[in-house]
Amino acid sequence: MIEAVLFYILAAVLVGLGLVVITRTNPIASALAMVGAFGSLAALYALLSATFVAILQILVYAGGIMVLIIFVIMLLNLHLDDLKPMQAKGILVALALLGVLGIAFGPVFLMVLPQGNWSFATLPEGFGSIFSVGEKIFSDYLFPFEMLSLVLLTAVVGVLVLSKRKL
Amino acid sequence: MDLLYPITPTHYLVLSAVLFGIGTAGVLSRKNLFIVLMSLELMLNAVNLSFVTFSRINGDLTGHVIVLFVVAVAAAEACVGLAIVIALYRLKESVDLDVFKSLKG
Repeated sequence: MIEAVLFYILAAVLVGLGLVVITRTNPIASALAMVGAFGSLAALYALLSATFVAILQILVYAGGIMVLIIFVIMLLNLHLDDLKPMQAKGILVALALLGVLGIAFGPVFLMVLPQGNWSFATLPEGFGSIFSVGEKIFSDYLFPFEMLSLVLLTAVVGVLVLSKRKL
Repeated sequence: MDLLYPITPTHYLVLSAVLFGIGTAGVLSRKNLFIVLMSLELMLNAVNLSFVTFSRINGDLTGHVIVLFVVAVAAAEACVGLAIVIALYRLKESVDLDVFKSLKG
């Protein structure tokens, strides 16, 4: 029962803040709503007994990526008068495209969803803890994990090149 | 009541789909570069929620590992995206997507 109550509260907060993110004119307001949305998403991960992912969400997204985004927004010295609010035409285009996507994929979902007899499995001891996820990473996914460092290195070099004053 | 009360994986998957839809709507309808970037992050997070849910259904940790990869790629993407935004702002003094249409025929 308590799980259901928590799920609905967190889901409502998440969807509400998601809508705030895409409707604000001021990007700072969007970014702050985004931080809240990530917090509620981390709580949802914790509800799914994904402890490691929940911590990762807070540390990397709310603590890293969003700070970076807010930093850049403030760095650029934007004026609120130059920013355009959400336009009705844009909303209509987005809704139309979403409707087309829904018509395309909706029947597939409706066919697939009842077939899978989906219920939550009984979990082994320590499911989703840092220890068990670490064990998985360093046994089955060692090579992709090492490749990840290459991706990050590429990103660092790319950012340095892009932010040169004379491109 | 059956549809609402015992929280099943379907609830999480529907929530994930709704979040992905919100992100898509943001990417398609907004003209502010920052908000487009943040909507992209929202879409990535919706996919992560699906991964964690499927992981929970099967009692298998592979989904969690993939979420780690997605988060790392998202961090790289955010860094490069913001560097591009800064370069564009230097060029045109604006973050409005309507300004950047020199490739439009």
